[in-house]
Amino acid sequence: MEAVVFVFSLLDCCALIFLSVYFIITLSDLECDYINARSCCSKLNKWVIPELIGHTIVTVLMLVSLHWFIFLLNLPVATWNIYRFIMVPSGNMGVFDPTEIHNRGQLKSHMKEAMVKLGFHLLCFFMYLYSMILALIND
Amino acid sequence: MSAPAESPHPAASARIPPKLGGATASGAAAPAGPGPAPHQQNGPAQSQMQVPSGYGVHPQNYIPPSGHYPQGPGKMTSLPLDSQCGDYYSGLYTVPTQNVVTSNTANQQPGAQHMYGRGPPAPHIVGSTPGSFQGAASSTSHLHTSASQPYSPFVNHYSSPAMYSANSSVASQGFPSTCGHYAMSTVSNAAYPSVSYPSLPAGDPYGQQMFTSQNAPTVRPVRDNSFSGHSTAIGHPSPLPPPPSHQYHQQQSLSGCSTLSWSTSGLPSTQDNLVRNHTGTLATASSNPTNTVADSLSCPVTQNVQPLKSSPVVPTVLPGASSTRTPPAANRPVEPVASVTQPSELLQQKGMQYGDYVNNQASSAPTPLSSASDDEEEEEEDEEAGVDSSSTTSSASPVPNSYDALEGGSYPDMLSSSASSPAPDPAPEPDPAPAPAPSAPQPSKMAKPFGYGYPALQPGYQNATAPLNSAVPPSSPGYSGFQPYAQQYPGMNQLSSSLGGLSLQSSPQPESLRPVNLTQERNILPMTPVWAPVPNLNLDLRKLNCSPDSFRCTLTNIPQTQALLNKAKLPLGLLLHPFRDLTQLPVITSNTIVRCRSCRTYINPFVSFIDQRRWKCNLCYRVNDVPEEFMYNPLTRSYGEPHKRPEVQNSTVEFIASSDYMLRPPQPAVYLFVLDVSHNAVEAGYLTILCQSLLENLDKLPGDSRTRIGFMTFDSTIHFYNLQEGLSQPQMLIVSDIDDVFLPTPDSLLVNLYESKELIKDLLNALPNMFTNTRETHSALGPALQAAFKLMSPTGGRVSVFQTQLPSLGAGLLQSREDPNQRSSTKVVQHLGPATDFYKKLALDCSGQQTAVDLFLLSSQYSDLASLACISKYSAGCIYYYPSFHYTHNPSQAEKLQKDLKRYLTRKIGFEAVMRIRCTKGLSMHTFHGNFFVRSTDLLSLANISPDAGFAVQLSIEENLTDTSLVCFQTALLYTSSKGERRIRVHTLCLPVVSSLADVYAGVDVQAAVCLLANMAVDRSISSSLSDARDALVNAVVDSLSAYGSTVSNLQHSALIAPSSLKLFPLYVLALLKQKAFRTGTSTRLDDRVYAMCQIKCQPLVHLMKMIHPNLYRIDRLTDEGAIHVNDRVVPQPPLQKLSAEKLTREGAFLMDCGSVFYIWIGKSCDNNFIEDVLGYPNFASIPQKMTHLPELDTLSSERARSFITWLRDNRPLSPILHVVKDESPAKTEFFQHLIEDRTEAAFSYYEFLLHIQQQICK
Repeated sequence: MEAVVFVFSLLDCCALIFLSVYFIITLSDLECDYINARSCCSKLNKWVIPELIGHTIVTVLMLVSLHWFIFLLNLPVATWNIYRFIMVPSGNMGVFDPTEIHNRGQLKSHMKEAMVKLGFHLLCFFMYLYSMILALIND
Repeated sequence: MSAPAESPHPAASARIPPKLGGATASGAAAPAGPGPAPHQQNGPAQSQMQVPSGYGVHPQNYIPPSGHYPQGPGKMTSLPLDSQCGDYYSGLYTVPTQNVVTSNTANQQPGAQHMYGRGPPAPHIVGSTPGSFQGAASSTSHLHTSASQPYSPFVNHYSSPAMYSANSSVASQGFPSTCGHYAMSTVSNAAYPSVSYPSLPAGDPYGQQMFTSQNAPTVRPVRDNSFSGHSTAIGHPSPLPPPPSHQYHQQQSLSGCSTLSWSTSGLPSTQDNLVRNHTGTLATASSNPTNTVADSLSCPVTQNVQPLKSSPVVPTVLPGASSTRTPPAANRPVEPVASVTQPSELLQQKGMQYGDYVNNQASSAPTPLSSASDDEEEEEEDEEAGVDSSSTTSSASPVPNSYDALEGGSYPDMLSSSASSPAPDPAPEPDPAPAPAPSAPQPSKMAKPFGYGYPALQPGYQNATAPLNSAVPPSSPGYSGFQPYAQQYPGMNQLSSSLGGLSLQSSPQPESLRPVNLTQERNILPMTPVWAPVPNLNLDLRKLNCSPDSFRCTLTNIPQTQALLNKAKLPLGLLLHPFRDLTQLPVITSNTIVRCRSCRTYINPFVSFIDQRRWKCNLCYRVNDVPEEFMYNPLTRSYGEPHKRPEVQNSTVEFIASSDYMLRPPQPAVYLFVLDVSHNAVEAGYLTILCQSLLENLDKLPGDSRTRIGFMTFDSTIHFYNLQEGLSQPQMLIVSDIDDVFLPTPDSLLVNLYESKELIKDLLNALPNMFTNTRETHSALGPALQAAFKLMSPTGGRVSVFQTQLPSLGAGLLQSREDPNQRSSTKVVQHLGPATDFYKKLALDCSGQQTAVDLFLLSSQYSDLASLACISKYSAGCIYYYPSFHYTHNPSQAEKLQKDLKRYLTRKIGFEAVMRIRCTKGLSMHTFHGNFFVRSTDLLSLANISPDAGFAVQLSIEENLTDTSLVCFQTALLYTSSKGERRIRVHTLCLPVVSSLADVYAGVDVQAAVCLLANMAVDRSISSSLSDARDALVNAVVDSLSAYGSTVSNLQHSALIAPSSLKLFPLYVLALLKQKAFRTGTSTRLDDRVYAMCQIKCQPLVHLMKMIHPNLYRIDRLTDEGAIHVNDRVVPQPPLQKLSAEKLTREGAFLMDCGSVFYIWIGKSCDNNFIEDVLGYPNFASIPQKMTHLPELDTLSSERARSFITWLRDNRPLSPILHVVKDESPAKTEFFQHLIEDRTEAAFSYYEFLLHIQQQICK
């Protein structure tokens, strides 16, 4: 059972890593002018909810399976994701808004955030991998 | 898909709208008819067949296609644009910074200069030179542009001279001036320049040359001719150096000076200038031996002689020059006068200027020039002179007609100088005469050019810069801008003294740095309007620089590092008015538009020419080749003078773009009117006014033979009008399926204006009466906009939406969010942001299809402008708001609508536009303000651009600017004119870089800073909260004043001290806090507040400042003292009064100019003569409560008052309405709330505000 939890977490984490990389690539494309703000934001906004769900599931799973440490590690990031999603002003087109993304250094902060998440997910990846192997061995 | 127009669309109900007469009937029919009832048949749309009784005409049934017509197309045409945009900037300044400093005086001498020009050598001056060249060139260009100047040839020279002189001053050493000249010459040489010269010792070669030139003046003309011939360029190289030592120069100059009428006293400098000019020309000519001769000048004697000869010629020249210089003009004139007598002085002055300016732009190369070297820069201008005459331009390739314009001169607007310039010149002219003539004689020396080892020019510049702070006292327009700094330069001081008149030399500190104790100063507001500070550049660059009306920076001295900027606590940003109506604009037609290959900067006056064939971009410093075509100068019809091309002589130019700049063939002008015809709208009665205005202005709509126009109306359904040519009357098609909007006959809804004019007129005559009996109260704005988008997307164009209430049906419906009880809340103001993203998304779709939506909101109740405005904000439209509009109950609003419509319909318009803003490497833009969509980091997508649109940009300094002394900004606006031409309007602004905090403060443009802060505060209010924004505004004052306080060591800690440049800052910020957008505690309707915010975002600076801080004048005692003449009218100029009730006396009458409203306040005991003569009533008691016009009375005081008001009204995007307010009428509260220095229940008085700030600082 333990192993199943971690295998699932591992897969989910992989997906999140890919997603982070995708965010970074798309944002840097925008930075370099390869795509315009409108298409960049519509691409990214599509993945905001999947990312949020993906991460929330892992967090909840850890809580349910009573892995307190991993749960607490994931909690701040999950909270941030939800907070960010909820706080989008009613007039905006999503977390990424094409009319604002070039203002006030938003692009940079989005980029920074994506980088931090990538690092976090990589860390989690190895943690899950280790835990999974441990669980498999124990089984 | 499109069904033939006639074929009935199921969906659409076809009504035949009656022509005019039938209107009513039709209207009635509609409602009754099928319209509403959805008929199943045709899908969504219902087909209604009503034929109005009267109108039987075409009752067709539309069958319509329920489907949506594919309009197609859209795609992002814009993309191309972008690319284009990118193109715009080609290299600018890179060039060497040169010291432009040349003194004005120099300019005067211009005539002589030509001779100098030859001085190719000069160029070498290198670093500095280049700059100067540019400057010179630019100046010259100006001259040229201004056709007026007869002198043209001379002119150029002259202008350059000025520059030279400046240089010389820098040199300070006796010779300096000469040096300057040299530099100039180099420049002129054209392009060469920059590079090599650097080291030239300033003066030597040039100086000689210059001298010669002076001497030679007469000769010059000749030379010029030859030059034009071409080879000039060639010659240049050689020029460099030969010459003469500085001493010579000086001598020459002196002699020259004496001869010269120029007062430029600084003879040397003047001479230099002349020389430069000459050189420039000569150089360009290259061929000229003459140049050499000039160079040889070395002998002062000859020079003198020459002057005599030349003198006649010179004069002419001078004028031209002077004109160019205008800005500095004041100084210049003086100089000239003096010059004759006191050459030396002139020189000095020049020197000073140089110091200030710091020419180096990017200048890479030359570093340390000797001071002398600086002077060199200036040369180039000469070319221009030639230009004037040439209007012909046409010659060969490039520029067609436009040249004429060019020649005509610089844009008057810019600098204002252009216009004025001519006038000022006169003085100079006379002077010049003497000196110039002589050129011929002294050829020889030139030869040696390069030799001079002026070390690096740059250093000189730098120095100069630092000193400079030219803070222009706000009030004094006249200031040349030179500051006191002179001290550093010994020579300068002397000069300065001589110059005296020009600037405040005497003061140890620049005027702008004079500490002002705010709490002690009772009359902080100057009596005259506040002008933009002039950047502390040398004269050449200053003359070339972009007009502050189009392009302003909050700091005219750019801090070297972000750390310095942070220390100053001032906002750094640009305020743009790129599409302003200009009376003169050089238009350039050329097969190749010269741009930097790496950063795509357009070539501009601030680039440096390394040699004839290469130029260095002033933004990215890349060295580019000069294309073959660019070697030919259409203005002078000469070859080999790339630096004299109009692109390099004017900082505002317009290019006719080739097909490379098009993604698709230029679109025709397309106008679509979307009109609310619900009960509410009909009740307000705007349709009558609109249709009337349209009928009157139908022929004046900008456009060509392809112009198309269309109409839609909507209430709970959407009505289209088929105006296809051939119909006997307009045909109305009704689509009632608002959930899935489609176009009944996509082909015939937008019709050619000329082919269907009769039908259009019929419709406009019928429209106001068609809906008089409507009972439909709903408004389906969202679906109507979607339909408009579909209709417009194949072509793009302008959609004008008239809306009178909250949209209540279909997509985009809105709920009322305003709580009237919260209107005067001091705490939280909610709902400043949009309630839905529907309008924003639609706006972005429109923007992608090159469609702009302009919103006219005429409502009497809350209409959620915050949400509706998004449709215009992001599609680059404009927003008009008429609260409580009613055509009979509120005649002043009706009149305002009428006037606004007239301006709106007839003003210039640009379609499918994009604007890119580029700045020198090291600076970056991070936030944009205005109505547009930012498509990529520096590209603004503007579906339409109007002359009334302003923009703001915030900047940050990403890399230290330590290796450059100048930074440049370039905006390039690519648009399709209403005639279907693709055009690019380019503005380039050049500013000095400074390294000390004091200099940063000296260069603050307080109006620009306040406008930028207002824009930032709007963003803050929406993204955070109004109270945050208010706190941020107060903190901006507190931080900047306390930062300044900490730089002044001998501070009296008890006092609130501000530099003179910032003395109005607290007042303006207080005004902002009391502005509708940001005020709290006073009842303000949400829509009013949001509209004020929209205005702050998109108004150009001049108009915005009036909104923030109205002007108050006393008008019961207008006199002609200080009056100006405009179009044969005498316009009195009463002094500004501070906005306080203490200034209002019962005996007076006051006019308050709030930008969009004028109030005339009549005191209770106002003189009956005034009331009778101006208002046309016998006494105070008989004045009516509502009076919105001044009668045309045949009395002197009436005439004065009216001409003053008319003058104030001219060129306002929003035509102001006039309210006559009696002292005792209830309307006076509106007037009194603009008296921002007074205390109100909810806000501080000015004095209290100062105390509050002081308290905050002391914390």
